[in-house]
Amino acid sequence: MEFAPHITVSALAQQFLVGLSRTTILFIVSSGLSLVLGVLRIPNIAHGSLYMIGAFLAYSVTAFFGGGSAGFWLALVLAPLGVALISLAVERGLFCHLYDREHLMLLLFTFSFMLLFRDVVKLVWGSDYRSLTAPAILQGSVSFLGMPFPRYSIFLLIIGPLVALGLWLLTNKTRLGKISRAAAVDREMVGAVGINVSWVFAFVFVIGCFLAGLGGALVAPTQNINQGMDHTLIMEAFLIVIMGGLGNMWGALLGALIFGLTDSIGVLIWPQFAIVFPYVAVIVVLLFRPKGLLKATW
Amino acid sequence: MFNGFKNWKSLVLGAALVVILASAPLFLSRFYVYFLALIMVTGLLATSLNLVLGFGGMYQFHHAVFYGVGAYGLALMLTKTSLPSFLGFIVGPVVASLLAFVMGLICVRLSKLYFGMLQISLGSLVWAVVFKWYSFTGGDDGIHGVPLPAIISSITSSYYFTLIVSGVALALMYMIINSPFGRIFQAIRDNPERSEGIGVNVKAHQLVGQLIAGFFGGVAGVLFVTIEGSVFPDLMYWHLSLEILIMCLLGGWFTFWGPMLGAATIVTLRTFVNVYTEYWTAVLAIVLMLLIYFLPEGVLGYFQERLKPRGATAQQEVK
Repeated sequence: MEFAPHITVSALAQQFLVGLSRTTILFIVSSGLSLVLGVLRIPNIAHGSLYMIGAFLAYSVTAFFGGGSAGFWLALVLAPLGVALISLAVERGLFCHLYDREHLMLLLFTFSFMLLFRDVVKLVWGSDYRSLTAPAILQGSVSFLGMPFPRYSIFLLIIGPLVALGLWLLTNKTRLGKISRAAAVDREMVGAVGINVSWVFAFVFVIGCFLAGLGGALVAPTQNINQGMDHTLIMEAFLIVIMGGLGNMWGALLGALIFGLTDSIGVLIWPQFAIVFPYVAVIVVLLFRPKGLLKATW
Repeated sequence: MFNGFKNWKSLVLGAALVVILASAPLFLSRFYVYFLALIMVTGLLATSLNLVLGFGGMYQFHHAVFYGVGAYGLALMLTKTSLPSFLGFIVGPVVASLLAFVMGLICVRLSKLYFGMLQISLGSLVWAVVFKWYSFTGGDDGIHGVPLPAIISSITSSYYFTLIVSGVALALMYMIINSPFGRIFQAIRDNPERSEGIGVNVKAHQLVGQLIAGFFGGVAGVLFVTIEGSVFPDLMYWHLSLEILIMCLLGGWFTFWGPMLGAATIVTLRTFVNVYTEYWTAVLAIVLMLLIYFLPEGVLGYFQERLKPRGATAQQEVK
């Protein structure tokens, strides 16, 4: 149990970058979760499973196109779309009848989906580890100020803000986004002015799940694709959403930043208990701001 | 409590159940005795959860942490100290209820989903510490072969120990629910604002509820060590918390015996469907979805609603 080993500037900078790229994944996934929670008020535990399915789909798509770089780029598009398709079927088939139920019921309903999806993944892909290699252009590292930075992390750092921008444009600049924000605040009123709220909800749900799939596809080259991926991620994503404020996209970004950085810097300070730091951060935040850092939608 | 035909009938039913359970080791194989004990422990855990969930209306999302802390409390007392072993059986639940109290102090300021999520983050912190602290808790391996006192080390004696302790614990919980405290607790569930209005200290009652539920969760944890002889961090992972939430839902969370029934169903499913197919969780998931769709009150809740004589609802509440 070594406490605070030698922390050098270069190690700190590298861990900072690792933390930021982790933040990107966490942000993409938890902004989707936050969107669904904010507008539909469904605490979607199956969100982590969709992330896992996204990663497995990315693997399969890449393998289908021969494992080359073209396959990877296609996978980044097709895997999230596949996840979105699954979520559309689930939403139209089952969820849309349950909107007035209590949160607890919805939570357990999505939990049963988590159980189901896990077995589906086991059935389709087996219980082995899978791995995916990034295209050559994203492999290796570039050196900056004499320190090596992995290219894939830099790639993630470009994708993250793009997703944030896209999401912001979608919710603030499009008609559908404005309607969905209105529905988050008062769904009866939106229905009363003649808008089909049910389809707005379907749209938001699908967008949220698309983001889960995108997160999964993006994370695929950086780690083993395995059965337990959903477990660890969903809890982190939930804590991020609660910490940032329900349904608030910038809150999700802030929460992901806190979570990702405390985790990666924690590794330098106290390697054995690095896993503890993000949880402590969440608790400290919630002690002082019980309803999250930024304004929640409900 | 003991008047009326229905109560007389349930008394006979209860007595028959006790006789069957008490004589079970005489005619069942070791495996089934263990299986029954596991059902009782899980059922006790689910009932202790339901104390605050169904009767208190609190979103107890991470109840398993008290189960795990109770179990670890006993296991650590038996392996790391040379104190008399019976102390461990007290320390486990007491530590669990202390933890529940401390977590409660932080969480009861919030309600519903926020309460649940804060509880999950606090519980996950406890889990993370246990998961990583190899030198003290054994990390992700846990502690195996806990040296139990000789008197309860055989499967039959541990079964009887489990039977007696969980019987006493269930009786205590039944009494708590029907005590004035339990009534106020249920009033808070039904309408916290009005309860506040008539002068009930809502937060204090919820805090005491946490303390009690944590204690009985710890008792279940101690019993788990008794029958299993080992502890591992999965005992306090959030996944288990959701599983026991499902048990409460399955059996019916506005009934006292519902969680026990739900626990029995899920433990049976896991043990026997697992033999035929490795996809038992898919079976569970489909059962659960059907249940949420068609029987949101749970199986026992549904029958209670159906069997209630017409027009008797109001009077039964008053009695």
